[in-house]
Amino acid sequence: MAEQREFFYRRLHSFLGVVPIGIFLVQHLIVNHFAVYGEESFNQAAGFMGGLPFVLLLEIFVIYLPILFHAILGVYIVFTARNNVSRYGFFRNWMFKIQRITGIITLIFIVWHVFETRVQIGLGNAEANYSLMEGILTNPFMFWFYVIGVISTVFHFANGLWSFLVTWGITQSPKSQRISSYACIGVFFAVSYLGIRTLIKFAYGV
Amino acid sequence: MAEQSKVTFIITRQDGPDSAPYEETFEIPYRQNMNVISGLMEIRQNPVNVKGEKTTPVMWDMNCLEEVCGACSMVINGTARQSCAALVDQLEQPIRLEPMSTFPVVRDLIVDRERMFDALKQVKAWIPIDGTHDLGPGPRMPEKKRQWAYELSKCMTCGVCLEACPNVNDKSNFIGPAAISQARLFNAHPTGEMNASDRLNGLMEDGGIDGCGNSQNCVQVCPKGIPLTTSIAAMNRATNIQAFKNFFGSDSTL
Ligand code: HEM
Ligand code: SF4
Ligand code: FES
Repeated sequence: MAEQREFFYRRLHSFLGVVPIGIFLVQHLIVNHFAVYGEESFNQAAGFMGGLPFVLLLEIFVIYLPILFHAILGVYIVFTARNNVSRYGFFRNWMFKIQRITGIITLIFIVWHVFETRVQIGLGNAEANYSLMEGILTNPFMFWFYVIGVISTVFHFANGLWSFLVTWGITQSPKSQRISSYACIGVFFAVSYLGIRTLIKFAYGV
Repeated sequence: MAEQSKVTFIITRQDGPDSAPYEETFEIPYRQNMNVISGLMEIRQNPVNVKGEKTTPVMWDMNCLEEVCGACSMVINGTARQSCAALVDQLEQPIRLEPMSTFPVVRDLIVDRERMFDALKQVKAWIPIDGTHDLGPGPRMPEKKRQWAYELSKCMTCGVCLEACPNVNDKSNFIGPAAISQARLFNAHPTGEMNASDRLNGLMEDGGIDGCGNSQNCVQVCPKGIPLTTSIAAMNRATNIQAFKNFFGSDSTL
């Protein structure tokens, strides 16, 4: 029997996109949304997350390693496609292309975001609190960088959820796939709202 | 009227597998109910290009002339389809003909679709019935299922779905949608079902079903209306279950 390694890696890639990365993303944006209720609430929520037992182990196995694997294989997948929306401009073909573009934008965003927050905190140059994010986001350039980064990541997650359902054979018929399209559009708007609302609070204090 | 009654073809030609492609324009007299193939036949009869130079006849592939064999597929005005079913009256002029880019060009519009037959071999898209003795008739297929399977069996290995797929290209080893749907067809057959796991394992080999990225172009372009994306999702589920069985071991061998 020939090798089945690619199959395993691609299924792992798909699985990690939702569990744990997608779950982490939603959780992360919900916790951040506490900022909207005030500096106190945010610092308390962030303090709780940062005070979890074995937080470094949790971060490594639930966040860093899965994202690293998903991102490395993801970049490879991006560069093995030949996008052809100019010839075949169907809705799903556009989603296919945007899934790849947002993957790359998300990668750039996450690397910068992690460097600016978690790495600086780890080096002792910053503290994980409200004023760190306020400092970053009151700069209009960074605000818009974060808006694009968050929307791109959430789109990638929501559309990825749709294709996850196909990859695992959960939605098969055209009708079920259409219904899941609507559901994933709903996820996109709901999670985007969480993220953008928080950014506005940090940047403008409202 | 006679002056206007011309059909213009711009054809991407290539003299051999390793030579460089070039474009050549032809103008031929219009006839009623022409299809692209009758246009190509006209050029073959009188291979003179629009500049009045005598050239070699344009080569193409064909067989059934009724959209069931798939041999005559080419890219017509940017879309891959069968040239025998492409009516000149319904096409914008000038009509551009190119060979399908997914496959190696043999000459002019003739491509080598061998990779599709390799794909069918990878997923064992046939039903083994040979034994050392007469095995007798196989189990019967319910009529409703037969009607459903008939739709999947219409695939003519034409290659249009591979041409439209962004993940079937020279940078990837993805076998493409057609063979995935064929594995589903043969796994649904009451006799074929007896070797279902062999086909699923074929689909899971490198370059197999995992190469699908859900662009879903295939189902839009298939001239036979085969529900390719449903087949892919169904085979996704079946291969996932097979992968668990392979890994953890199972007392069910199918
Ligand atoms: C917060 C970060 C991310 C999340 C939540 C996420 C989530 C997902 C999900 C759920 C899928 C669907 C899997 C499937 O089709 O079954 C997916 C697919 C994909 N991801 Fe990500 N991803 C993230 C980051 C990245 C990064 C950084 C890249 C690298 C460029 C990337 C590239 C891809 C690609 C190319 C696919 C398509 C795979 C395919 O259709 O076969 N992702 N992602
Ligand atoms: S599935 Fe449709 S498009 Fe693909 S090879 Fe078969 S007939 Fe052609
Ligand atoms: S010649 Fe058979 S499909 Fe066109």
